[in-house]
Amino acid sequence: MKKAKPNPKANRNILLITYLIVGLFIGMSVYLGYFIQVQSEDVINNPYNSARLNSFEERVVRGKILSDDGSILAETIISENGTETRNYPQGDLFSHVVGYSSMGKTGIESLANYYLLSSHINPFTKAMDQLADKKSDGDTVVTTLDKTMQSIAYEALGDRKGAVIAMEPGTGKVLAMVSKPTFDPNLIDEQWEDLVNGDQTEARLLNRATQGLYPPGSTFKIITALQYMREHPGMYNDYRFGCDGIYEFQRFTIQCYHKTAHGEQDFEAAFANSCNGAFSSLGQELDLTGLKHLSEQLLFNCEQPISIPYSKSMYVMEDGAKEWEIAQTVIGQGSTLMTPMHNLMLTSAIANGGMLMQPYLIERVENINGEIVKQFMPAQYGELMTATEAKGLQILLERVVTDGTGSALRTEAYSVAGKTGSAEFEKGKETHAWFVGYAPAENPEIAVCVIVEEGGSGGKAAAPIARQMFDAYLLH
Amino acid sequence: MTNLIVEISRYLIILLIAIYTYYNFRFFSMKNEEDRNYACSRQLVCMFMLHFLANLLIVLNTKSEELILFYGMQVLFFVCYLSLSKFFYKKISRLLLNNICMLLGTGFIILTRLNPERAMRQFLIVVVSAVVTWIIPFIIDRVWQLVKLAWLYGILGVLILAFVCIAGNTSFGAQLSLTVGGISVQPSEFVKISFVFFAAARLYRSTKFKDVAITTVIAALHVVILVLSRDLGSALIFFITYLFMLFVATSNWLYLGAGVMSGSAAAAAAYNLFSHVRRRVEAWRDPWADIDDKGYQVTQGLFAMGTGGWFGLGLYQGMPQKIPVVDKDFVFAAISEELGVIYALCLLFICVGCFMQFMIIAVKMQAMFYKLIAFGLGIMYITQVFLTVGGVVKFIPSTGVTLPFVSYGGSSVLATFVLFNVIQGLYILKRTEEEEYEEG
Ligand SMILES: [Zn+2]
Repeated sequence: MKKAKPNPKANRNILLITYLIVGLFIGMSVYLGYFIQVQSEDVINNPYNSARLNSFEERVVRGKILSDDGSILAETIISENGTETRNYPQGDLFSHVVGYSSMGKTGIESLANYYLLSSHINPFTKAMDQLADKKSDGDTVVTTLDKTMQSIAYEALGDRKGAVIAMEPGTGKVLAMVSKPTFDPNLIDEQWEDLVNGDQTEARLLNRATQGLYPPGSTFKIITALQYMREHPGMYNDYRFGCDGIYEFQRFTIQCYHKTAHGEQDFEAAFANSCNGAFSSLGQELDLTGLKHLSEQLLFNCEQPISIPYSKSMYVMEDGAKEWEIAQTVIGQGSTLMTPMHNLMLTSAIANGGMLMQPYLIERVENINGEIVKQFMPAQYGELMTATEAKGLQILLERVVTDGTGSALRTEAYSVAGKTGSAEFEKGKETHAWFVGYAPAENPEIAVCVIVEEGGSGGKAAAPIARQMFDAYLLH
Repeated sequence: MTNLIVEISRYLIILLIAIYTYYNFRFFSMKNEEDRNYACSRQLVCMFMLHFLANLLIVLNTKSEELILFYGMQVLFFVCYLSLSKFFYKKISRLLLNNICMLLGTGFIILTRLNPERAMRQFLIVVVSAVVTWIIPFIIDRVWQLVKLAWLYGILGVLILAFVCIAGNTSFGAQLSLTVGGISVQPSEFVKISFVFFAAARLYRSTKFKDVAITTVIAALHVVILVLSRDLGSALIFFITYLFMLFVATSNWLYLGAGVMSGSAAAAAAYNLFSHVRRRVEAWRDPWADIDDKGYQVTQGLFAMGTGGWFGLGLYQGMPQKIPVVDKDFVFAAISEELGVIYALCLLFICVGCFMQFMIIAVKMQAMFYKLIAFGLGIMYITQVFLTVGGVVKFIPSTGVTLPFVSYGGSSVLATFVLFNVIQGLYILKRTEEEEYEEG
């Protein structure tokens, strides 16, 4: 074959392309390495990967779950013949939030599945365990849950259905999460059939704190008020309304709670007294597209930063809605539904100057000897509203306690800001009682959300539970 | 005791492939023939030990006597293949030979673990392919008339692809294979090689604009037929190979620029026209959004690799069967899960090592025809590796191509043997030339 002229240009280009491709492969390897080193832990701890994680149980004894002060919430006990049982020493106190692990996994048992089934004991012990064909001890998950706060919430709710949640607005640490009625996770296997197919109105397995969808009632006035404030910057307190207990317009009437006549109301007073007439009236003037947009900004109709299973809150009213629908929606009746956890997040964001901290339940992961494997840090989720707007709402919420429906929280010891709600959900039944709030008002350390199903008025049924929570946390 | 063996072998296997890979690259900086031979012998020691340990684990887990026999046959094959190749072709590249064995060995290990029956079929195909393609270096070395057959390669390639497009069997939404006498054949694997020969012969003959235009039209015809067959992975491989070959043959940046632009336009058009392309892209962008359907394969792959971690869970300790098409497109995820990501990365760099060897040969070849063949085949090979691994690790959208020599698939094995043996032929040709030069 004849020889072509040597082609230095071609060789240079070949080398160029070779470098390019080798560079691309190095880039891809770094990408994979980053995935393995940094991202994989969060990725693989996914219910869709449960089969793989559960196979870890063949080599690791599921670790303990502890409260923030070290009380055991869940542990695995190995009997002499080697059978393992998951034991929950607190009975049904933490049933929903800690969850169970034998009939599928829920709560923290599911959230922390990967950590509980990973073992960070020292390599030598691990090797010895393997030699002896013995399982290694799984890591311990320390939660943010405060046993005292949890007990107070549990006792305060008593036999009533509902939920109580508390968190630190500045960090997102969840301190307590109670949902009633409860179930005993120790007996989950025996009672499974009954829990799943038994009395449907009980819905014992449902974590009402994050999965229960309720009409927000007057707690929604926080959002209506914010929209009104946005539309009337700096002059919203010029608003006036004369309340005689029953607000009539066109063919409809809206009643204030127990037809109480509030008399001459300005904006703050209407909010503090939860005057339905005033809000239904001012709602007619609102920009409905703006209100829907605001609701979605405040996490309605979208995914929320909650790490355990939750229901999405719903807000449906569009521009062009009829007067009656508007009058209902702006006072939290109508078709709007939200979870207690969502309501707590909004309150926390207001308390924290508009910034929502991502709620979290796991404080840290330790190996069996108590050495820290992983520490979780507070993380910002995002600004739900501006600091000025948050400040405006804080003033409104403080007035609720000082001059309005939140009188149950009036105390010398600390100041509270909050909002009550009494949500109608079915004709002829008592209203659901809501309270959301935080304390101390000037420097919030704790935010609480209470809902008591069919509890009656928020001020009478829900606020006193919040009071107990604040007392316990702030006056210990 | 078994536990200890399992644990120790897990780490030993990783150590062995790491040493193997180290020598693979150390080799390039060695000038002296003795050093190089020494490195290659070390590699073989690592390869055989690794292969032994992995098979020990397989037998310990399955307690299957049949698989002991299967292991013996594999060792026999490797020994015969290595020694006969070296015996008949004194100047053969030992490094490439080793790499072929390492890739095949890994393939056998993971396929045996996934599905012993398929592994044995793969083994049979490997043996037949090795024997059949044994003659290729001899042909390359002697028959220089290969350069004259440009039109034969081009027309044959187009006809075969067109035939498959019309009459092929559909699998995973793409027309890829023909069934001949009960055996499913994937002709596009072989057209890859004829395509490189076509482009090399044409571009060697002339780089005048008119001739380049004609060559490009035929090349584009290949790509278009593959797109119509919905075999987008192959279409992309053909396209990239041709583009780079054209650039190297002409050294014309304009061609490269025009190619990249038309390629991007074509990709955008494909995204808008074909729902299956959109599916793949969406599954890549956010596989978590539709984890039950579109994102299922990608997320299962990520779960497998993530759960396996750097050191893997050990053979038979993971659940690679949960990944759809794990023995073909997603074999890299199965290897990562059980043998470890370090192992998988070493394997990836063994492929890159092969590619670099191809490129060194391309640079050294004097004749443009041979230069373009070595270069084109190298690009074809490495693009395929990049597409399959990139798709698994979510670096790029998954395109459904396989990892040569590792994934299950007869046509792919035979075609890859042809590819490597053509390169071996060129290597031998070059070394003969060099020696004549030194003597003269
Ligand atoms: Zn009123």
